[in-house]
Amino acid sequence: MERFRTIFLVAGLIFFAFAFISMGVIPYYHLRPIGDDPDRRFKSAEEVAVTVMPQFEDLARRYPKAFAKAFEGGATVDNCGDALREGRDIYIAEGCWHCHSQYVRPVSSEDLRFGKISYPAEYQNELQLPHLFGTRRVGPDLIRQAGTHSNDWHVAHFLNPRDVSPTSVMPPFAWFFDETERGAVPNRRGFAMITYVQWLGSWIEEEAPDVAAR
Amino acid sequence: MTTSDIVEPRPQELVIKRLVAAHFAAGMVAFLISLLGGLVFSLLFLYRYPFEGIEVLSPGRVRMVHTNLIAFGFLFNCLVAGLYWAIPRITGTPVLSAKLGWLIFWVWQCVVLGTLFGILGGHAQGIEWGETPIFVDPVVVVGALLLMTQFYPPIVKSRQSGLYVTAWYVSAGLIWTGLTYLMGNYLPQFFLPGASGAAVVGLYIHDLVGLFVTPLGWGLMYYFVPVILKKPIFSHGLSMIGFWGLAFFYPLNGVHHFLYSPIPMYAQYGAVISTVAVEVVVTTVIINFFATLRGRMDSLRSDLAIRWFFTGMVLYFITCLQCAVQVTMSAQKIIHFTDWVVGHSHLVMFGVFGFWVLGMIHFLWPKLTGNPWYSTRLNTWSYWLSVIGIVIMFVTLVGAGLMQGYMWRELAPWEASVTSSVPFWWVRTFSGSMIILGVSLFALNMLWTAFVPRPEATPEAETQGA
Repeated sequence: MERFRTIFLVAGLIFFAFAFISMGVIPYYHLRPIGDDPDRRFKSAEEVAVTVMPQFEDLARRYPKAFAKAFEGGATVDNCGDALREGRDIYIAEGCWHCHSQYVRPVSSEDLRFGKISYPAEYQNELQLPHLFGTRRVGPDLIRQAGTHSNDWHVAHFLNPRDVSPTSVMPPFAWFFDETERGAVPNRRGFAMITYVQWLGSWIEEEAPDVAAR
Repeated sequence: MTTSDIVEPRPQELVIKRLVAAHFAAGMVAFLISLLGGLVFSLLFLYRYPFEGIEVLSPGRVRMVHTNLIAFGFLFNCLVAGLYWAIPRITGTPVLSAKLGWLIFWVWQCVVLGTLFGILGGHAQGIEWGETPIFVDPVVVVGALLLMTQFYPPIVKSRQSGLYVTAWYVSAGLIWTGLTYLMGNYLPQFFLPGASGAAVVGLYIHDLVGLFVTPLGWGLMYYFVPVILKKPIFSHGLSMIGFWGLAFFYPLNGVHHFLYSPIPMYAQYGAVISTVAVEVVVTTVIINFFATLRGRMDSLRSDLAIRWFFTGMVLYFITCLQCAVQVTMSAQKIIHFTDWVVGHSHLVMFGVFGFWVLGMIHFLWPKLTGNPWYSTRLNTWSYWLSVIGIVIMFVTLVGAGLMQGYMWRELAPWEASVTSSVPFWWVRTFSGSMIILGVSLFALNMLWTAFVPRPEATPEAETQGA
């Protein structure tokens, strides 16, 4: 029987390794970033920030004082990269990803509702460590969110979602804002969050579908 | 060789009872906190969130506390408590050291508290079921290693000629737990971006159920049910098929959490096939249980512990049947992302493994405290409240999931899928309250049994331990 015990342990480990290789390592090998291929290269937050820069600059124009306080040096690509990283961290910390997914499936009319079906190459960047696919949709998918709403809408929405979407169950995020004499104004966390959400899908060139249902 | 090695210890002295009791107590405390979190979070969906505007009690954070305390607070503590009872008795050898036991106990409670406060403080990690903050992760790994150090010696030194199936599950389950945790919490966080990270996270989510909760849960079920019934398990051969089937098929399942995602399709198809195969494996366990019970059905009326196990097994059959259906690509089109999945996970975690744990506690608590249960009526109440609660919750969430899935496919406005779900969510909160009431009564009964030996309860006793 002594031999049996060792067999259990070794076999258990081999099965685990088999699953890890077939379900983890081989998919990684097929999806792995490749140095020169522009679609496959692993990109940093600053590199992928380019497509959201117009929105980042728009925020700087709309809230000059608050933005200057939050981001020293103004709307630069470096600051935008930082904003994306922080926005991603807040997205994780607040558990946003438990109610919003980040991939469009090729079934269930999802391309009609949200836009282009998700493909592996668009997830090859720093902001996808860890991935945020999500497993539940209480609110809509966000991976094609970029530009579907204005920055003003996002400010109002994060301050109190039900002001712009009366039946929403999303909670308000008061701590993304500072109180000023002109009312609530986004702080660094608010700018980061809005930049991150506006970034999601900003790399897609096709026009998003115009469906009232989204 | 000291004299203690030569003198054959009686089984009663093998077990460190205080350690078993401490793990059960800690598990129940975490359970109650987690249930409270679930209740509070469910109010968000009724537009009645009580802590709106308070950052540390933001609903997204409370949700993560709910799931993580169930896994690492409730199930982990209670399963380890079961091991501290079962392993020395199966092997006839005590665990490595009582001191090490208390060290593991406190290390683990640090993990639970670190998870609780870390998540509320905004340090959650973006791995589902691994939201334990990154700075707590190494402590979890150390805890798992210490646990192996504690439980492998008795299994290796076992004086029994053959090794009972429980010991197989435990020796494989402990090492799987450590490997799973390392894989899931570090690779997607630092090395594997996007879709390839998602594949590994899928493995992690499912391995935590399949390679930690399931082998330990099955192992303990295979020990406690024959012990309570005082009759051997129906078939050892079947239990071996179950073990090897679990070991081979369960680790391959993970990617089924992300079907139709950018993960390569061969991994998705493989995951679907092996998930269906797992249902065959599970059936061997279910058959083994019911065949063991054959001829002793009267114990369902006389023994509440067996009734907890039996109900868990019936619900296990339902949940596994559901699993084989919902994992198919065609079902996934509709039910993925909906409340259907939420219903499924509640049934597995509470209706099956939670029930087995409560059955274990029901059997062991009088032996640990030396007192008979303070009130059998209270226990019966907690049983029925839990059963009716979880069944209502399951049915309502599955129904809500189907409705949501079809509304989305037919391109109904998104808001409509939310407002139409609110009635279902009211029922969910109601059924959740029944579960909380049931589990609270159980915990209260545990408390009274431990500290108030006779039915003449004094009012101080209630506040003393609460």
